[in-house]
Amino acid sequence: MAGDPNDIVIRVRGLVTRFGAQTVHNGLDLDVRRGEVLGVVGGSGSGKSVLLRTVIGLKRPDAGSIDVLGYDVPHLSEADAIALEQRWGVLFQDGALFSSLTVAQNVEVALREHLAMPEPLMDEIAACKIAIVGLPEATADKFPSQLSGGMRKRAGLARALALDPEILFLDEPTAGLDPIAANGFDQLIGDLKASLNLTVFLVTHDLDTLFAICDRVAVLVDQTIRIGTLEQHLQDDHPWIHAYFHGPRGRAAQPSAGQ
Amino acid sequence: MAPPATIVASEESGALTMRAAGSWVVVSASELDRRLHALDLPSGRQVTLDLAGIDRLDTAGAWLLLRTEHALSARGNSVALANVRASFAPLLEQVRARGAVAPLPHPIPPHHTLIGFVARIGEITIMLGRRVYSMLGFGGLVSADFAKLFRHPKRLRVTATLVQMELTGLDAMPIVGLLSFLIGVVMAYQGADQLRRFGAEIYTVNLLGVAILRELGVLLSAIIIAGRSGSAFTAQIGTMQVNQEIDALHTLGLDPVEVLVLPRVFGLVLTLPLLVFYADAMGLLGGCLMTWATLGISIPAFLDQLRGAITEWTLWVGVIKAPFFAWIISMIGCYEGFNVTGSAESVGRLTTQSVVESIFFVIVADAAFSILFSLLRI
Repeated sequence: MAGDPNDIVIRVRGLVTRFGAQTVHNGLDLDVRRGEVLGVVGGSGSGKSVLLRTVIGLKRPDAGSIDVLGYDVPHLSEADAIALEQRWGVLFQDGALFSSLTVAQNVEVALREHLAMPEPLMDEIAACKIAIVGLPEATADKFPSQLSGGMRKRAGLARALALDPEILFLDEPTAGLDPIAANGFDQLIGDLKASLNLTVFLVTHDLDTLFAICDRVAVLVDQTIRIGTLEQHLQDDHPWIHAYFHGPRGRAAQPSAGQ
Repeated sequence: MAPPATIVASEESGALTMRAAGSWVVVSASELDRRLHALDLPSGRQVTLDLAGIDRLDTAGAWLLLRTEHALSARGNSVALANVRASFAPLLEQVRARGAVAPLPHPIPPHHTLIGFVARIGEITIMLGRRVYSMLGFGGLVSADFAKLFRHPKRLRVTATLVQMELTGLDAMPIVGLLSFLIGVVMAYQGADQLRRFGAEIYTVNLLGVAILRELGVLLSAIIIAGRSGSAFTAQIGTMQVNQEIDALHTLGLDPVEVLVLPRVFGLVLTLPLLVFYADAMGLLGGCLMTWATLGISIPAFLDQLRGAITEWTLWVGVIKAPFFAWIISMIGCYEGFNVTGSAESVGRLTTQSVVESIFFVIVADAAFSILFSLLRI
């Protein structure tokens, strides 16, 4: 499933982002189709994470429009914001788990806040999500400080999936994981996407992830974006894109796409 | 909104069919959970779960379906799923493979049991002992580095010390001055109010002089500095600890105590007495203006009365305590900063702890000084 080109869930037009005198995005356009995994790559400081934060409304754009599932993100009313936030899930870089809550309580936060749900059912659903992301049962009652980095990411993913969102935003999900754990995480996201029909917006540095699970790739260069399939990017002769995909690491990652 | 989720049982040619319909999603899960619990489950029969009517399904719905299937087979029924839509199959498979587990019961926190409670008291006692031991160790470490300074005076970081004096002293002047002034005003007002009943309102001046110079000026400054600079020491050193900057100092051959602790301790020990002198002056100024306004005691008359009420020792008794309080505040501030481990959360916790501890020890030390001075009859 590469996504339906006519069913756009995220539509960004003419996005301009500035930090003081420095312009990060200048007239950036982006469409994300329903059911696809879109990888966003770019050099350090090219504004990948800023783009993610802008799309989910944590940062106000300096110009341009952002439309997610038909909502105008920068100008959301409070009620619309609550409705929209239940339809997406966000995994931050280090999980961003609430440190005073156990893993199960972290997953239950959204259930508790938005749905009047009896406690036993909430525990069951939390246990189900924790198992789906591949964490052992006993993790439920542990605190984030007792988990390893990889487990924290999985727990963060379980929290992002709590309300079964339509869109999943992932900020560098495999950064800081060992290659085996990173592979497992890629696999997991691929499985979840297939079974939950998720749309995934994935910011990453990891070339293996790109080749393993992304349907299309958006490359942030020259303050704007070039979007296409991996094959298209491999043909691109823009110097940065060429260096990125044809560098030693890019070449090393490529065969894995064929398997 | 989507049609509600339902499950209906019906007899069909000797077998039982349960028809699930509607949106089996997390939003309707509570309602559905109630219905499923109310359901009268058969036992030892042939049961078909017919999913033809389900138009939406998510993980929560899949879990409820599989939970029902599991409950049915546990009662000795033979269960079959029928009419599973192709688009739901991967989800059901995924939840069945990994997610079909009942939650473990939450463990009871150990301190909720009697033995746990007693054990906790023991743990806290041992921890307190260890803390005192490690605090003494830190005190020794700093003292040893301090002693080295006498042999190699050049190793004192003059710039860093001056910066600390500016941050902890000069920058604190507005707040310390204003609060001392206000305390002077309040003391004068309350004192005058009480002493007027005995016709002794002139002694308000004596009260002000003794109270501010001996106790209030120094205590107030020390408490403000503990909240302002002691917390800053812990937060700064703690953040460096989280960023591994302390480790970096070690590997570069620098002594963190010499680089970070000595300038702070030295700077504050030199600054606080000056700050106390300034606080005394501002407090007396506030009191002076207030007695003038409410009692009509002119400024020369105030000064005359003050001269009779205090000796130079009244001032010294206050100022002498300042370097000791400064030592307590800066040592605790730095010590707690080095105690930070890994997480950002511990920076916040230890900063709070450092302020509470410094104020506590400042007041304990003040009480000890009172006893000492009364023995010395000062």
